[in-house]
Amino acid sequence: MSVITGSAALRQERDWNIGWTDFGPFLALLALLVVGFLVNPDFLSATNLANVITRSAFIAIIAVGATFVISSGGLDLSVGAMAAFITGITIMFMNSMAPEWGVWAIPAGMAVAVIVGTGCGLMNGLIVTVGRIEPFIATLGTMGIFRALITYMSDGGTIPIDRSLREAYRPVYFGTVGGIPLPILISIAVAAVASFILYKMKYGRKCAAVGANEDVARYSGISIVKTRTIAYAIQGACVAIAAICYVPRLGAATPTTGVLWELQVITAVVIGGTALRGGKGHVWGTVAGAVILELIANLMVLSDFVSEYLVAGVQGVIIIIAMLIQRFSK
Amino acid sequence: MFKSRWIAPVAIGVILIASQALAADKKVIAVSIPAADHGWTAGVVYHAQAAAKEVNTAFPDVEVVVKTSPSAAAQVSALEDLSAGRKLDALVILPYSSEELTTPVKAVKDAGTFITVVDRGLSDASIQDLYLAGDNIAVGRNTAKYMIEKLGGKGNLVVLRGIPTVIDDERIQGFNDAIKDTELKVLDIQYANWNSDEAFKLMQDYLAKYPQIDAVWANDDDMLLGVLEAVKESGRKDIKLALGGNGMKDIVKKVMDGDAMTPVETPYPPAMIKTAIYMTIANLVGQAPVRGTVKLDAPLITQENAKEYYFPDSPF
Repeated sequence: MSVITGSAALRQERDWNIGWTDFGPFLALLALLVVGFLVNPDFLSATNLANVITRSAFIAIIAVGATFVISSGGLDLSVGAMAAFITGITIMFMNSMAPEWGVWAIPAGMAVAVIVGTGCGLMNGLIVTVGRIEPFIATLGTMGIFRALITYMSDGGTIPIDRSLREAYRPVYFGTVGGIPLPILISIAVAAVASFILYKMKYGRKCAAVGANEDVARYSGISIVKTRTIAYAIQGACVAIAAICYVPRLGAATPTTGVLWELQVITAVVIGGTALRGGKGHVWGTVAGAVILELIANLMVLSDFVSEYLVAGVQGVIIIIAMLIQRFSK
Repeated sequence: MFKSRWIAPVAIGVILIASQALAADKKVIAVSIPAADHGWTAGVVYHAQAAAKEVNTAFPDVEVVVKTSPSAAAQVSALEDLSAGRKLDALVILPYSSEELTTPVKAVKDAGTFITVVDRGLSDASIQDLYLAGDNIAVGRNTAKYMIEKLGGKGNLVVLRGIPTVIDDERIQGFNDAIKDTELKVLDIQYANWNSDEAFKLMQDYLAKYPQIDAVWANDDDMLLGVLEAVKESGRKDIKLALGGNGMKDIVKKVMDGDAMTPVETPYPPAMIKTAIYMTIANLVGQAPVRGTVKLDAPLITQENAKEYYFPDSPF
């Protein structure tokens, strides 16, 4: 009897905890908006907010994929280089098809991006699961490979998109639907699908189970290899979607495209409440985390009291404070 | 049977020795440069390879060997490999970093090799027989002079810096010194790490923060591309000038076409590696005296002379 009461109490407490981690990132986001407004009222102007949230879309979309990988107990360091590689392949494919297919080269190129991205993710996954190599090392290796490939494809310079496609493709980043920039809508859609998979489908529970405790998951008949490999493939597809939104922004891929995105992505996931060691993933928290990161950078420019030499340091302090507030306000 | 088995190796041996003797007559110039990891270094690789090809055709008794290295440590190894097998008559090097490469280059010099250093000088200047570099202070100064003239000596500016290095500091210093006594006001200056994406974001933030911006200076063309996209997207009409620097082909093309917002460009040309290779050969083949320091100026690229700086086949 007493045992049952105990477990009931425990569950209640755990539910309450989960509730808090779900709201934590959004409270931090709110706090940041208030601080931003006090620092410079222009911060809350519609244009500024639209700009900032729009450009956080790449990191947000990739980070949603990373939520799967990290929640299943993995890690992917190759996402930034992979984004650059997919961007390069996509542009080259579109350019080569443009003379024949005209504007139709754009949707065809998007399809190629998703296929290549899923393939790259699958490769990462198989190296980690079937090859049994630590995710950190495996994806560090593929990160080097993807980065070298984009440098090779561009001869170290730029791969620009064909002029005839440029104008037609531009709306994917700069266009709006009902006043909301398209990349924001795309990232909301990606997050919605992801949260459905993670919270409503069997696969989502397998993911969290594998990440929380590999042995227990194995004894309950969950295939660790399959679950993790799929997580990496989802990550690859998300990187491809981000690349599709990225191409029209500057219309080119370069060897410096997506440099250090992997760190921003991992930071966004952790700020969003997902533990780096695996377990339950928080998709919407991750999205909030990506927006928080971009808002901090924006705030640094809009405020006048931080020296240009100290910006990175102040950003680091804000991120740590945000995490501490989440931790201790429990 | 036994004899015929030996014919091939002996023949190969004879050929090898003969070709060694032939090669010994050739003057060997090694070119050691960073691997192409962004636009500017990609340009360096392109122009070094172009120069090697031209020289090897024009001078049959000179052999130019180009070796690219992805890091300072790799460049040190490359120097050892290049000088291990044969005697180098000259070394043309664009060092990754001054400190790390100074001792290895000295070792090559001690073997009797002519040393040409490009862009980044060594810590011990006495090792360099010829030192050739661009003028980063002039890049900033000449851009500023044009802005002052064009804006009539007053206006609001925003500036984008690169990666915190001597190159970046010198450009900013040249720029600030030139605008010191004018009514040009730098509203804001921030780092965007010579990266188009970061420059795009930073420019969006500048546009949100300041209602009136007369001119933008991004001290590198990769960043200028991001700036131009952000300005275009905002639809703002107050920005009269957006200038870059380095001489990327896309921007030089804009200048050629008479672009209103980017009518001039300031070069810091990666083709300077070619100048260094040709000067070294002038000394080696033609006995032309070249020892000393050469500083390329950064004259404005305008619509009239843009052709001279336009390399459509270069990646940069």
